[in-house]
Amino acid sequence: MSELPDQGHFALFALPVRFRLDEAALGAAWRALQAQFHPDRAAHLSAVEQRRALQWATRINEAYNVLREPLARAAHLLELNGAPVDLERNVGADAEFLAQQMQWREALEDARSDANALAALAREIEDAAREQQDALARACDDQQDYAAAAQWLRRLHFTERIRAEIARFSSHRMTNGTAANC
Amino acid sequence: MALLQIAEPQDAAAPHQHRWALGIDLGTTHSLVAVVRNGAPECLPDEDGHCLLPSVVRYEADGAVRIGHEAAAQRGAIASVKRLMGRGYADIPNRESIALDLLEGDGMVRLHTAQGVKTPVEVSARILGALAERARASLGDDFVGAVITVPAYFDDAQRQATKDAARLAGIHVLRLLNEPTAAALAYGLDRAAEGVFAIYDLGGGTFDLSILRLSRGLFEVIATHGDSALGGDDFDHRIYCWMLEQARIAPPCPADIARMMRAARAAKEALTQDERARIALTLDSGEAIDLTLTRDTFFAMTSLLLEKTLASVRAALRDANLAANDIDGVVLVGGATRMPHVRRAVAEFFGKEPLVDLNPDQVVALGAARQANILAGNRDAHEDWLLLDVIPLSLGVEMLGGLAEKIIPRNATLPVARAQEFTTARDGQTAMSIHVVQGEREMVADCRSLARFELRGIPPMVAGAARIRVTFQVDADGLLTVRAREESTGVEANISVQPSYGLTDTEIADMLRASLAHAADDRDARALAEARLEGEQLLAATASAMAADGDLLSADERAAIDQHCAALTDAIAHAQDTVAVYHATEALASATEAFAARRMNRSIRRALAGKNIDELELPK
Ligand SMILES: Nc1ncnc2c1ncn2[C@@H]1O[C@H](COP(=O)(O)OP(=O)(O)OP(=O)(O)O)[C@@H](O)[C@H]1O
Ligand SMILES: [Mg+2]
Repeated sequence: MSELPDQGHFALFALPVRFRLDEAALGAAWRALQAQFHPDRAAHLSAVEQRRALQWATRINEAYNVLREPLARAAHLLELNGAPVDLERNVGADAEFLAQQMQWREALEDARSDANALAALAREIEDAAREQQDALARACDDQQDYAAAAQWLRRLHFTERIRAEIARFSSHRMTNGTAANC
Repeated sequence: MALLQIAEPQDAAAPHQHRWALGIDLGTTHSLVAVVRNGAPECLPDEDGHCLLPSVVRYEADGAVRIGHEAAAQRGAIASVKRLMGRGYADIPNRESIALDLLEGDGMVRLHTAQGVKTPVEVSARILGALAERARASLGDDFVGAVITVPAYFDDAQRQATKDAARLAGIHVLRLLNEPTAAALAYGLDRAAEGVFAIYDLGGGTFDLSILRLSRGLFEVIATHGDSALGGDDFDHRIYCWMLEQARIAPPCPADIARMMRAARAAKEALTQDERARIALTLDSGEAIDLTLTRDTFFAMTSLLLEKTLASVRAALRDANLAANDIDGVVLVGGATRMPHVRRAVAEFFGKEPLVDLNPDQVVALGAARQANILAGNRDAHEDWLLLDVIPLSLGVEMLGGLAEKIIPRNATLPVARAQEFTTARDGQTAMSIHVVQGEREMVADCRSLARFELRGIPPMVAGAARIRVTFQVDADGLLTVRAREESTGVEANISVQPSYGLTDTEIADMLRASLAHAADDRDARALAEARLEGEQLLAATASAMAADGDLLSADERAAIDQHCAALTDAIAHAQDTVAVYHATEALASATEAFAARRMNRSIRRALAGKNIDELELPK
């Protein structure tokens, strides 16, 4: 039998190979597969079967985690299309976006002592992330322009990082007291 | 097809060969055992009709060991040992109020007893052993294994310690199940509940908060948070501190501490009914304490503890991306949720009355029994549900500069694995050490140290040339295993584990040998037979996989697999030693892993060709 083209993690869930995702379909497919392959289903079988179940269920979760996360999904998609991106490595300047990055960094410094400013910045960055995701979807799914997609992916990667920083920072602000000892 | 031989529910053991399987709630204060009989879970009482076994052990000087009621309230009895599991001496909170003789030292804390030094694992094994005995007596039959519950927020060391305790007690662990998940299971199956539920579980020594989505046969944990050192005991401790302050007595001796803690607990429980509680006792020192504690004072002195639990609730909601009013129902579990101010605070937080109609003492064991029954293969036709749980704390490795790099994030659905590549720093380096930690903080020093993995047998190469792929696998019990392989040569690195707060395999083996309850020779023979059987099964599965999908292998890969098959066949035929067979099996399993993944992809692709997911039925 001839192999179908490599559809990576998408094939596992019978999903079309594209960035725009039907989240409900992914969730349903993931549950259906786990219902069949989770180690609990093999607990009464031989050790070999248990090991297989562990492997399969792990693989299903791995694919699910990649597809669920927009960044990971985009990176996977680019890889399938022969244009892998190493997000940990910095390449070429993106002058336009660099200015934006610096502006956000400064705004974050200034907002450290001002909860309202922090919330406003968080909203601004969230909007930006949404726009970047839309652009990424267009580049991948409508234009098949993977070079442009890679650039949007890098931008989104940075935006998500700063978003995580803000979230961490806001949660630090509400840390709780600890009970005193005797 | 070997890789698809996961049995369907109806393939499970036929009903007439019912296989008993236990659900055990190994609690800080109480433990209990339940089974599913005639389709319904029930707790098994002792001869006196008590379901709850106090989690108390006393080692007598004459060699006897008393467990439960007959040990409780006795001088020198060991209580709340669960708080010591997988913990170091320095980690034990409120050490001064624990009336135990703890040994200072590295690794897991140890206790002095009248029968010498014991580990918390051995003490817990006694409790598990007593419950197993109770079950055998009550069922008039043996059982195949047990699901043992652990706090959801238990880290790897605490889980491993629990599993080791079961092993020492001779109990086959079908699964470690998180306590709030067990409660959700009991509740959800009992009430056919659907929606998003929060389980607030405040027991004697631990606090968990889990958020689950319950829908058509699926129990999916979305987020969990908690504190494995916060429970009713800490409320007792606040009262104890208050007594010390109010009565102005000299620092008490261990026996008096134990007496005062018991009085504190009685007062706390009395305040659930009454507005005030009298605390009157005479100490060994001759001093008398006579105090009255009001509800208001008690609530005020414990408000910080309550606030700590609510901080966990907020954290879990944040991780789940939910608001308090997204929660459809709140279930209270654990004896300490009987306290009125706890109930009130939880009700206020969620804006709805919590559900308390199931017995909070039993619900965890009942849920565990249902899970055990399924895992043992007793699934009824109508009983089709699945439980998906998460890892409570992120796993990381130590990087240069003492930074912890996350490898598996908290709340990832289990089972989960992540591979990471490492390289060597020196020419000809053949060994390296990987320090694995658990926790959310950025610095290794602020996380829990789990273990150091020593990799040996890395082929010598120039610095930076070796590509060592280390796979961190967390199984459905939430337990970590680590494998390593040098990618360019395919050499499997030899790993030895030095747990930071656990027992090594050798220590467990020694304890097993030393325990009279087990005839070592028998066990060795059985282990060898089991290892051989497993090896034979893997050989058969591999042969049929190669026959069916051999075209997925390159000639080199095929030769490598053939070689491992030959080695395993040889080990089965000649080796008298379980470990050798086991290693050969592991080696073959690992050599066929990539093949297995390719076959899985192929079979799923075949199954999917021209179908949508609703019709998905994978070939067997
Ligand atoms: N009526 C009551 N009022 C207040 N507290 C109570 C009451 N009854 C029991 N408790 C407390 O509940 C705690 C024991 O609860 P439970 O039996 O659920 O814990 P456990 O399962 O042994 O512990 P864990 O789950 O933390 O390991 C003790 O601190 C006990 O004092
Ligand atoms: Mg409990």
